[in-house]
Amino acid sequence: MSSAREEILGRIRSTQTGSAATVSVAPAPVTEPMETEAMLDLFVENMRDYRAIVREVSVDDIAAAVDAVLAEHGCHTVVVPPDLPPEVAPTSIETTVDDDLSATALDDIAAVVTTSSVGIAVTGTIVLDHCAGQARRALSLVPDVHICVVHADQVVTSVPEAITRLRASVEAGRPLTWISGPSATSDIELNRVEGVHGPRNLEVILVR
Amino acid sequence: MSAPLAKTTPTFVGMPKFPAMAKDALANTQQRRNLLHATHTIRAKRASVVEEVPQWEALRLNGADVKDEVLANLDSYLLQFEEKLTERGATVHWARDAEEANRIVLDLVRAEGVDEVVKVKSMATQEIELNEALEAAGIHAWETDLAELIIQLGHDRPSHILVPAIHRGRAEIRQIFRQEMGKVGRPAPEDMTDAPRELAEAARLHLREKFLRAKVAISGANFAIADTGTLVVLESEGNGRMCLTLPETLISVVGIEKVLPTWEDLGTFMQLLPRSSTGERMNPYTTMWTGPAEGDGPQNVHVVLIDNGRTRVLADEVGRQTLRCIRCSACLNVCPVYERVGGHAYGSVYPGPIGAVLTPQLRGTSSAIDQSLPYASSLCGACFEVCPVRIDIPRLLVKLRTQVVDEHRGHNSVESRTMQAAAWMFADSRRLAKAQKASTLGGKLLGRRTALGALPWPASSWSSARDVPVPPKETFRQWWDRTGGGQA
Ligand code: SF4
Repeated sequence: MSSAREEILGRIRSTQTGSAATVSVAPAPVTEPMETEAMLDLFVENMRDYRAIVREVSVDDIAAAVDAVLAEHGCHTVVVPPDLPPEVAPTSIETTVDDDLSATALDDIAAVVTTSSVGIAVTGTIVLDHCAGQARRALSLVPDVHICVVHADQVVTSVPEAITRLRASVEAGRPLTWISGPSATSDIELNRVEGVHGPRNLEVILVR
Repeated sequence: MSAPLAKTTPTFVGMPKFPAMAKDALANTQQRRNLLHATHTIRAKRASVVEEVPQWEALRLNGADVKDEVLANLDSYLLQFEEKLTERGATVHWARDAEEANRIVLDLVRAEGVDEVVKVKSMATQEIELNEALEAAGIHAWETDLAELIIQLGHDRPSHILVPAIHRGRAEIRQIFRQEMGKVGRPAPEDMTDAPRELAEAARLHLREKFLRAKVAISGANFAIADTGTLVVLESEGNGRMCLTLPETLISVVGIEKVLPTWEDLGTFMQLLPRSSTGERMNPYTTMWTGPAEGDGPQNVHVVLIDNGRTRVLADEVGRQTLRCIRCSACLNVCPVYERVGGHAYGSVYPGPIGAVLTPQLRGTSSAIDQSLPYASSLCGACFEVCPVRIDIPRLLVKLRTQVVDEHRGHNSVESRTMQAAAWMFADSRRLAKAQKASTLGGKLLGRRTALGALPWPASSWSSARDVPVPPKETFRQWWDRTGGGQA
């Protein structure tokens, strides 16, 4: 008896008799990159449209903004990845540096601070590839407040541009998390409710 | 779990035909109200975000072509995908049918020595009835999508691809949570009202303990990228991220048609799917993984590639385009038939226009329900208009109708005898004139009425769901003779 693999491949090949297997593929449309300021404005507008809280700060004010967010949510505990850049780290409360904490331990922590990899203006999306400063995936998932720092030069106009930037991460075997606003559901009579299992608060600090 | 979940396929096979099920569904006014509201809301959201994209048509053309390219060379793309995944440290399994897929998953779960798994909403695992197979082996499969949780706790069946519990109102959901949550884990809060926010909070608390202790997760995938070995899952609530991140073992059940050739092709589909599906520019969360990631998430990563009828669909040159489907559910939300009868009447996990063409192709047209599905449409064409991968559903419906009719040739039905009589009458203009003249007699006798009531058997099976117009008082030819072609 042939293996399932051989049998399925055989079934597929038996459908290929005759006509040559070349399909002419219509090209994917290209979105022209926007001018920087307009692009960043659109990025902010679209993130807000999906209920992310966005603060725009200069590079010297990042830590202060992080502290302000923590205070606003009344957070007493915050976790950061070991390689979080120092200018991003909170200063107002004691921070736990992730040391392979269990999910249960993370569940007792109120907030997390990470950096990000790419921002997409037309969709208001932030992408994490979980290398330096972006933490392993569980960190930006379990605590209820996610503070995410995005730098202006990380923002691109369109989804295909982001995909192009992210190829290297994928080839390096890194997982990606695309985030567009806080966790949400519309499963009950189509009423949008923010916050089911992921962080109920997405606080974006855009450095521009 | 206290009671078995509602079965899918085995029950569906013995199910009555679509018209019988539709009749019951139409009598459910609460469901009709919910459906009307839901389909129209999502439809409007979709239309407005699609309008924002000036090159939408070009995206659709590219999406359809990319999928056709995959289907024309499916063997090489699957092999490439397998090679990349294996290189990355994942294990790939192949399953010819549902039974084989379930056995593979069950063996993998047993090897981990657990008696429960957490699940991300997945059409493929519903199609193969994995939950039922796991339950039968004593393994609890916890659905974690809010709507799927409502369905599972309510021992119910999904009625929409995207919002499976759309037929349930908030009061019913509260009732289900109050009665059932405590039987399988953390009970719903005593003082929970039926406010959507409180219901969602109850689900958060109920499922959190399951996420935090789960060792094994089971998912499907929206896309599988051949040239990188990446799997992609789109979701909203974060339950997907929980399942894909926290457990040690991750098993993904993926239909063989889910492959995309290159990473760059994903760019098109990450634009087409969210806008067509939830009507958002982007869904809240998407997870992409390429085998196990060092120090991050499940280290034991399995992918089960399933055929389960797909190669049969592939073999049909016209039917093949059905496999382009990315399960966005846009066709459901615009369908005038779906909007009225809801998802259960379609007798499979795939409801609406896509179900009406996919199910009879996957399962064949031997059962009553599968024979009736190609007729569950008014052929208005709205589904083709919205389909992000341009599946010509109306054409496929007509083709499947032909197939069903051909299979029944020689059966002596009322319909076939009527058609034979009609053919005899239309073949000769004098016979036709006579018949038309005879029919006007009825019209004259009925005076001002415009519709007849129910007709006696055998015509009753036709008139039970339609208004039968009263015959005209004169034929066109009589009118022409009397008025001189409208001159008089
Ligand atoms: S047939 Fe088209 S519109 Fe319908 S679910 Fe599939 S992709 Fe979406």
